[in-house]
Amino acid sequence: MASADSSSTAGSVPAELSSACEDVTLASAADAVGGRQARYVAAPASTAEAAALLRAASGLGLTVVPRGSGSRLDWGARPTGCDLIVDTRRMDQVVEHAAGDLVVTVQAGTGLHDLAKVLAAAGQRLALDSPANAGSTGGTVGGLIATGAAGPLRYRYGAPRDLLIGITVVRADGTVARSGGKVVKNVAGYDIGKLFAGSLGTLGLITDATFRLHPRPEAAAWVTLDCPDSASAAAAVRTVADSPLTPSAIELDWPSAAQPISVSALLEGDTDSVSGRADRLGELLERATAGQSSAQTKRADDRPGPRAPADAHEESKPGASPSGPVDADGRGPSGTLVRVAFWAGQLTAVLTAIRAAADAVALDPGICGSAAAGVLDVSVPASAAAVAVADFVAVLRAGLEGLADGLPPSRASAVVLCAPPAVRDAVDMWGPVPSLALMRAVKDQFDPGHRMAPGRFAGGI
Amino acid sequence: MYDTSAIDDRLAVRLARICGADAVITDPQQLRTYECDGLTAHRCSPGLVVLPQSAEQVAAVVRECAARRIPFVARGSGTGLSGGALPRADGVLIVTSKMRRIIAIDPASRRALVEPGVTNLAVSKAAEPYGLFYAPDPSSQVVCSVGGNVAENSGGAHCLKHGFTVHHVTGLQIVTPQGELTWLGDGTGAAPGYDLVGAFTGSEGTLGIVTKIIVKLTPIPEAVTTLLAAFTTMGAGGAAVSAIIGSGILPGAIEMMDALAIEAAEAAVNCRYPEGAGAVLIVELDGPAADVEAQTATVRAICTAEGAYEIRAARDAAERAAIWTGRKSAFAAVGRISPAYIVQDGVVPRTALPRVLDRISELSAERGIRVANVFHAGDGNLHPLVLFDDTVPGEQEAAEKLSGMILDLCIEHGGSITGEHGVGVDKSRYMPRMFGADDLDTMQLLRCAFDPGSLCNPGKVFPTPRLCGEVPGVRRAPHPLVASGLIDQF
Repeated sequence: MASADSSSTAGSVPAELSSACEDVTLASAADAVGGRQARYVAAPASTAEAAALLRAASGLGLTVVPRGSGSRLDWGARPTGCDLIVDTRRMDQVVEHAAGDLVVTVQAGTGLHDLAKVLAAAGQRLALDSPANAGSTGGTVGGLIATGAAGPLRYRYGAPRDLLIGITVVRADGTVARSGGKVVKNVAGYDIGKLFAGSLGTLGLITDATFRLHPRPEAAAWVTLDCPDSASAAAAVRTVADSPLTPSAIELDWPSAAQPISVSALLEGDTDSVSGRADRLGELLERATAGQSSAQTKRADDRPGPRAPADAHEESKPGASPSGPVDADGRGPSGTLVRVAFWAGQLTAVLTAIRAAADAVALDPGICGSAAAGVLDVSVPASAAAVAVADFVAVLRAGLEGLADGLPPSRASAVVLCAPPAVRDAVDMWGPVPSLALMRAVKDQFDPGHRMAPGRFAGGI
Repeated sequence: MYDTSAIDDRLAVRLARICGADAVITDPQQLRTYECDGLTAHRCSPGLVVLPQSAEQVAAVVRECAARRIPFVARGSGTGLSGGALPRADGVLIVTSKMRRIIAIDPASRRALVEPGVTNLAVSKAAEPYGLFYAPDPSSQVVCSVGGNVAENSGGAHCLKHGFTVHHVTGLQIVTPQGELTWLGDGTGAAPGYDLVGAFTGSEGTLGIVTKIIVKLTPIPEAVTTLLAAFTTMGAGGAAVSAIIGSGILPGAIEMMDALAIEAAEAAVNCRYPEGAGAVLIVELDGPAADVEAQTATVRAICTAEGAYEIRAARDAAERAAIWTGRKSAFAAVGRISPAYIVQDGVVPRTALPRVLDRISELSAERGIRVANVFHAGDGNLHPLVLFDDTVPGEQEAAEKLSGMILDLCIEHGGSITGEHGVGVDKSRYMPRMFGADDLDTMQLLRCAFDPGSLCNPGKVFPTPRLCGEVPGVRRAPHPLVASGLIDQF
């Protein structure tokens, strides 16, 4: 059903919830997930309080959706139930920053900007991009993990799952569990953090996390090249990726079909090293594209030095936001955002498939993302007709299917991360997912009552 | 718990029909060659060994086992150091060493698709013509298999900078414990849905058998410099490690050996490390040539400031190999100075290294048991070698006790009981010291999702298996498998 639950039944907060958690209120109209109205909002201040709360919610049979800053709460399908929102923002403490070990343990509701400030004071950073549209907090740690989202730094440092070394979660029944630890090298037991990364709250509530950190680079520079077509853009991306110059990011930005495609590489390190590598990369690119385009190389030193901690954690590059188009108030995405993942060597074919699908329904979406890591975000403006967006996604998926070549059976996917209500109703947000039966089995084990963000995930999980 | 009479001639005939007669081993003499992996302290002759040549054959073999409720264990090259591939007398050992095709190298996507029996080093060799390599490099990389690397989430000396197996695997074809062939991930590293590739990697063969692997390939660094610095004390070497990391340099590897480990390496391979060293540090720097040059100068300066009395630099492959010989042979070399030894794999936060090493040497002195230290200093992964004479009654027990105390010491300092060798059978009894009952119970939910019948490498990793299918707190009736007499409640 498209319509949201009525909140008329919510006369008062059940005593079981209030006695489990100090801060429980009736939900306001703004407390909704993907259009599904919540009844209660609770903000536990600790793992123990969160556990008591989820035990109480379990006793009442309530459906539960965790929420951080809310910047990506629209990601995923509309939940089939959302009785209780668990707001993590009172769990906002940096528990332990072991600077000498390059490790930090932090509560899930901590803002990424606050965390970045603490880390920058020691010349360190969590090498993951925060969403550009998350307002003053930069989004929360828990939200970063639960969405599994990564920006340009993905190319060098990976996604949250790659830097997460320990996690504490509360299961649907209130059981508190921990996996990993606070050392980078550790293979004791299963890695529950991997399962929770990108799970959109469907397996339980994340209450704290431990990350591996990296030294904050002294300098950074973007080397940018404008390419006339997708083939030359793909050649430029490949040239950078194959080079020994250890770029931190390789981004592609193609705002509309009529515009050139810009390919940018981020180089980070000591000042001398960055400047030397930027020169070399510029030469490599010019040589690689000479004759086939009028490409120019220009350098942009758009990153502050090490003494500007507030910016340390922003998107590595403005405009290359993995969160797509944002509302005027900057609170959340308003258009449709499609995440396309593919084998990097098929970049040209993927760009062609995206443009062909868009042409078929007369759309002209923006395309940007970590081209060399095989992840692109396609942004369709909110003004596009829902039927056209749904057709675009269907044609695109059919095009991507054609990229398969023997094994594995599929080499690309297109997931609708978020979309306006009308588009949600018209489109299958997740599309085909490999090994869905095993994913369902995992969900059944962790959340047998299907009360954690039900229906939000792949295959209706 | 399992029907031991199920391994009979009929099963052998069925498996021979699937994999070919020469791929099934039932002769007790031959079975014994598979009785242990790299950890020889645990031995058990398998009920039967089968060597499939394809993923479809593995699936068919597993289906046979599942239908008869016969437990099965997968084995690659058998180099594991925690008994993860220890066979069962009542089970089938499925050896993947005949599945060793490198199916494809895709240089444009920087991916390789390989079978599980392919050796780790073979992947890098196949990628080399394209200027690429496979980054995880366990010391056993000449023989260890990629399938085994996936099971153990193998590291290696260079994982400090380049990451573990889990950071380089983007897709897995597996045979589920029910015998179904399926893909986890699609090779992109960003497949939709739960990260089952990440969850499966490092599950020590308990969630299924991997039959194809897609790995990431990395551009070969432009320059590599290997430095060897000799210090008179471990304390000075440790201070140099902290100063290097503190300077913001992330070396490819930082390894350290103490005097006893050096003595063993000299005796075994004549590696000619500087005389009189109380500690040697091996620091390897890789990256763009100018960076490596600058960092080399910094590391030299730091080592000198911390009291290094000799520093050698390798500039080519041969010189580098000479420096690494001593380190890479250290485990085996200890055999030259002691009849027997236990290798531990504990991890501590790097900053706790000096305190932990001091305490280990105190424990060693108190008990009169020699401990040689070889470790990945950059990430605090210790490999203390506890030396003993297995012909002297009581020595092994004393060595095991000390070894356990070292693990306790690691846990006390916020570390881990295993950094890269895995839990296997060897360390499952230590898991409750590191994790609570709810932690272990929660991990096993994953096990239950993949292997509810508990047939896939049972008895590994977890000290107490969880009975799948029961809903915690809502115990209504006996588990159906208990009721039917198929398994015991425990």
